[in-house]
Amino acid sequence: MQVEDKEFRPTIVAFCCNWCSYAGADLSGTNRLQYPANVKIIRIPCSCRLNPMFILRAFQRGADGVILCGCHPGDCHYTTGNYYARRRMTLLFSMLDFLGIEKERTRVEWVSAAEGQKFAETMNDFVATVTKLGENHRLEDLRCKKQ
Amino acid sequence: MQRIGVFVCHCGTNIAATVDVKKVCEVLKDEPGVVYTQDYQYMCSESGQNLIKDAIKEHNLTGVVVCSCSPRMHEATFRKAVQSVGLNPYMLEVANIREQCSWIHKNVEEATEKAVILGRAAIAKVHLNAPLVAGQTPVTKRALVIGGGIAGIQCALDIADAGYQVDIVEKEPTVGGKMTKIDKTFPTLDCSSCILTPKMVDVAQNENIKIYSYSEVESVKGFVGNFTVGIKRKARYVKEDICTGCGLCTEKCPQKKVPNDYNLGLDTKRAIYIPFAQAVPKVATIDPNYCTMMKTGKCGICSKVCSAGAIDYTQKDEIIEEQYGAIVVATGYNPIKLDAYEEFGYSQSPDVVTSLEFERLMSASGPNGGHLVRPSDHKEPKTIVFIQCVGSRSTTECGKPYCSKICCMYTCKHAMLCREKYPDTEVYVFYIDVRTPGKNYDEFFRRAVEEYNVHYIKGMVGKVAPSGDKLKVQASDLLNNEQLHIDADMVVLAAAIEADKSARPLATLLTASMDTNDFFTEAHAKLRPVESPTAGVFLAGCAQGPKDIPETVTQAGACASKVIGLLAKDHLVGNPCVAHPDEMMCNGCSTCANVCPYGAITYENKDFSRRKDGSMMRRVAQVNPAVCQGCGCCTVACPSGAMDLYGFSTKQIMAEVDAICK
Repeated sequence: MQVEDKEFRPTIVAFCCNWCSYAGADLSGTNRLQYPANVKIIRIPCSCRLNPMFILRAFQRGADGVILCGCHPGDCHYTTGNYYARRRMTLLFSMLDFLGIEKERTRVEWVSAAEGQKFAETMNDFVATVTKLGENHRLEDLRCKKQ
Repeated sequence: MQRIGVFVCHCGTNIAATVDVKKVCEVLKDEPGVVYTQDYQYMCSESGQNLIKDAIKEHNLTGVVVCSCSPRMHEATFRKAVQSVGLNPYMLEVANIREQCSWIHKNVEEATEKAVILGRAAIAKVHLNAPLVAGQTPVTKRALVIGGGIAGIQCALDIADAGYQVDIVEKEPTVGGKMTKIDKTFPTLDCSSCILTPKMVDVAQNENIKIYSYSEVESVKGFVGNFTVGIKRKARYVKEDICTGCGLCTEKCPQKKVPNDYNLGLDTKRAIYIPFAQAVPKVATIDPNYCTMMKTGKCGICSKVCSAGAIDYTQKDEIIEEQYGAIVVATGYNPIKLDAYEEFGYSQSPDVVTSLEFERLMSASGPNGGHLVRPSDHKEPKTIVFIQCVGSRSTTECGKPYCSKICCMYTCKHAMLCREKYPDTEVYVFYIDVRTPGKNYDEFFRRAVEEYNVHYIKGMVGKVAPSGDKLKVQASDLLNNEQLHIDADMVVLAAAIEADKSARPLATLLTASMDTNDFFTEAHAKLRPVESPTAGVFLAGCAQGPKDIPETVTQAGACASKVIGLLAKDHLVGNPCVAHPDEMMCNGCSTCANVCPYGAITYENKDFSRRKDGSMMRRVAQVNPAVCQGCGCCTVACPSGAMDLYGFSTKQIMAEVDAICK
């Protein structure tokens, strides 16, 4: 099931927390705000559920960019979850740097349930950034690649 | 291997216009484990739901994927549908192909491809789903109110009115709190005692309410619906049930030089005392730091004069344990210490007082029977200067960053009462801003300025210097841009209010969160203002933030209704998507408990040997499913990867990642 065109279309995984960002993504849909189809959203209960390992796994399986969206600091449904997420991602960024993965391929963005517009803008911008960076082969595990 | 059914919704044309629904069905049919696919116009309609139910029965499905609108919309609908035919509701996943696919893309080919990928991810997840059952816990139908001020009293009365039992724990010898110390209340100027003391009597007489005065919460165990609370009953050296409150002992006690807390140290009391005439419970208490008998063993006059024989010098602190379903925190406030504000001369002159002290000086039950005189020489003051925002709205280290909210109004009240009782007194108020939002509040302020001729001056006082029997006040008038020198007889400082010192240790016991100013945080600032994020803990009064009496009473009532809502349930049904440890991997390091915002994780020593000698004891984490809210923070924090989350397990999320990146 491949769309035939030569243009590079990155694979983007977006992790969205259930309470703010997933609702924000729904709102951008309700408002029919367009963003590229390469973005696929995975719902998690809270941004603090995101194990940095998931991001590495995505890169290993051929993702070109991974973005984490959560509630704004101070607005976490679980009070403090996004603060933990923020620290973990800061650590991950320095590790990605060490691995030689451009840090622009990973991003953390706070999107509230009211910010459908921001969600679409963020995704457009992120896809553009990753498209410019090109394919990501640094961590890709070729054994996982479909023949 | 699961037997999975995939159901793709057209949603009229909402999905079908941009996603080739038939093609999605066709492609997903070949996914591993998929035994049945079906598309339909409106999957959420009754006939759509019936399609799912029939397919489950007919094809023996063990898992269901619905490709439709957002799970925030209809996940609950479909879960109910699958449950009705005997499938566990948590064996269903929704792939969001409307809000996050068809509505945001125009290209049919791209949107169809994305819908297939989202469907694949959901199928991959369902493969790893496990049937989950929400736990049920019984509810102890009794509430604990911590703090017996107006917030606690109102809350307890409202809960008791609904027919539930309430216990009030108050650390002072009497309930009533700060409101007992207040003379008059704004904006109506009615007497504080006149409206409070009947409520105190109601509390004492209500069959459903039990008062633990002179007591403190010592320990809290358990969780929502099932708290076990240890209450320390401090020794008052008087048998509470025998004392009649006649007050003879407090007259005969020879130790007369005990600072009277009720009047904030402005006068003295005896070593055995009843805080004030309307105290509830009206029982004497001995202050062991001053009592001659307790210190030297020679006196015992109170025990000789007590005809009831209530005095017991050997009484000890006692700890009792009680069960509660809900806990209300109403610990209240205190004015800040003014040590850091030396420029206002609070420690240098007895005539510089705080507003609460001024309240006692004005009160008929105060040290001078309501006759306003200077504490230093008992002369009537002719010029009084009020200074607002002492420590409030201050970004310096010694102050508080927030507005204390009540000072503008009570200063206005004090100024007005001074002018009314003693019309020849000059009253100055120095302010930064006058904030009077509230029903009839601004009118009240304007009356003070226009009818009572109180001099309101915008500007801050730089220095108050005692000089002879006067207080020299140096200040700037910002509106007229001039320096003022006022010879005042009294200076009243509107000290900022802060959370009571007992609040911080209590928050630790309750695992309830606090903000940087030691006020309890609410579960949601707008929509859940009287609940703590910790389930079963509720907030009333100034423990949550500065507020005046009407607001406190309103909040206490709201709090009571939330408590009643909880106690009315026989069982609490939990969210089954909670964390759970793999005990074989857990090494009991406490990392998960440290990040848990709810205090849901405890540790237990478990025996892992197969023999009976208990030779392999290990400390492992235990998650209380009634308390866990399922955020998953602990799953990432766990260094050994022992913690996982039902419904969003590491394997499930990884499977989704793999399906999307394929």
